Amino acid sequence: MTSPIAGGVDCDLHPALPHLTSLLPYLNDYWRDQVTTRGMTDLESQSYPPHSPISARPDWRPAKGKPGASLHDLTTHALDPFGTGIGICNPLYGLQMVFSEDMADAFCRALNDWLVKEWLDKDARLRGSIVIPVQSVEKSVAEIERCARDSRFVQVLMLVMGDIPLGKRAYWPIYAAAERHGLPIGVHAGSNYHNPPSSVGWGSYHIEDYVAQAQAFQTQLTSLIVEGVFAKYPRLKMVMLESGFTWLPSYVWRLHKFWRGVRMETPWVDRAPMEIVRSNIRFSLQPVDAPPDPETLNRLFDHMQSDELLLFSTDYPHWQFDGNAVLPDGLSPELVRKIMIDNPYATYTRLNGAGSKESAA
Amino acid sequence: MARHVVAPVDELPPGSRKFLTIDERPIAVFNVKGEFFGLLNRCPHQGAALCEGPLIGLAQSSEPGEIEYSKLGEIIRCPWHGWEFDIRTGQSYCDPKRFRVKAYAVNVEPGSSVVKGPYIAETLKVSVENDYVVVDL
Repeated sequence: MTSPIAGGVDCDLHPALPHLTSLLPYLNDYWRDQVTTRGMTDLESQSYPPHSPISARPDWRPAKGKPGASLHDLTTHALDPFGTGIGICNPLYGLQMVFSEDMADAFCRALNDWLVKEWLDKDARLRGSIVIPVQSVEKSVAEIERCARDSRFVQVLMLVMGDIPLGKRAYWPIYAAAERHGLPIGVHAGSNYHNPPSSVGWGSYHIEDYVAQAQAFQTQLTSLIVEGVFAKYPRLKMVMLESGFTWLPSYVWRLHKFWRGVRMETPWVDRAPMEIVRSNIRFSLQPVDAPPDPETLNRLFDHMQSDELLLFSTDYPHWQFDGNAVLPDGLSPELVRKIMIDNPYATYTRLNGAGSKESAA
Repeated sequence: MARHVVAPVDELPPGSRKFLTIDERPIAVFNVKGEFFGLLNRCPHQGAALCEGPLIGLAQSSEPGEIEYSKLGEIIRCPWHGWEFDIRTGQSYCDPKRFRVKAYAVNVEPGSSVVKGPYIAETLKVSVENDYVVVDL
């Protein structure tokens, strides 16, 4: 087992909203009454069915309630055992599924305020991602502007599967706002289920949805690169969260091969795709779709041509590893330091502000 | 370096190209709007007959969605995999540092000087009355 080092940054933690009604204190009078009088049910996404093994490690599953809903559990399960200095909270709640942009906006604002009050204010190690009402680009930008004033928000969170490809220009005001505030865009596994979670239609089993996340990430990377997002916003970082990364080399080889032949369709892509990945794209560590042999994993790192692409994550409370084996076997101490400390601090520049860096020393 | 006579000028009007083999090398000579260019007819990627591809312009961009289209008719696009090469310099656009096709200087010379040499005209009869397209190898 490769040992973690103290002071690392866990880039993918999932505090769970206990229930939609947990947002009531953070909603205005109108929406509070709407939730209660309409009798709205909890917004459970099919991306992480509550009783599916992937959704919570057995020893992290509480006797009652949702995994990840307790601050005490999150800190004792995910932060303390690894000596984690900073943990970035990425709330996965079904707000992207809602079709009304007004409802989505009200709920996102409440969710972000809930994260501040019930998590960030209660443990100095925690940082947050801004959940945006992606149903409206204008409202998303406004929410980024509102939340960015709190430097504990270090990222903007989107799902890998939404209504349209992420590279489309309709989204660009979101990327402009994120770049302006030094916020990476975190693209997390999961779907709003407005489209099938695969490009070939609806599957039958949850494993089909989950495995298909990797293809969705590839398709989004292609969209982001060829649409010219990083030509327009060269300082913007995007972090692929819970994406896996072992597919990256062969995917980029494929993209590179075909880009060379049809370069003239997208002349704003004036660098090889792998160069764009190296400068603008990062990946969270877990889940490691690890080959059985550490040597093979190290060959894969060679193919990635960079030791700056991976960011430490537990994906808490999702079940991606057992015990303390959060790092795959065979990582060199230098790479562990890059993954756990150097790369996250280089990616999330807001972590370098007051009160953050000290805890990593 | 030897200079080879390719054709009488009249036989290579603007928009035309001629394929020939000189010293076992496949060569293509182009007339683009009255300017002559020569390229090795072998793509440095996988050896296709590069010069059988279409001549297009060069698409560049300083802003996504905005295309500046220049060098019209001066970019040869390989018929196999679509790679673009500059007909003036032979440089590729997908990987300029690694891939380049050999470009040759092509000129028009009067028959009087062609007849004297040092031109090599293996298959052509040359006469002082005509102008000739010649390529430097």
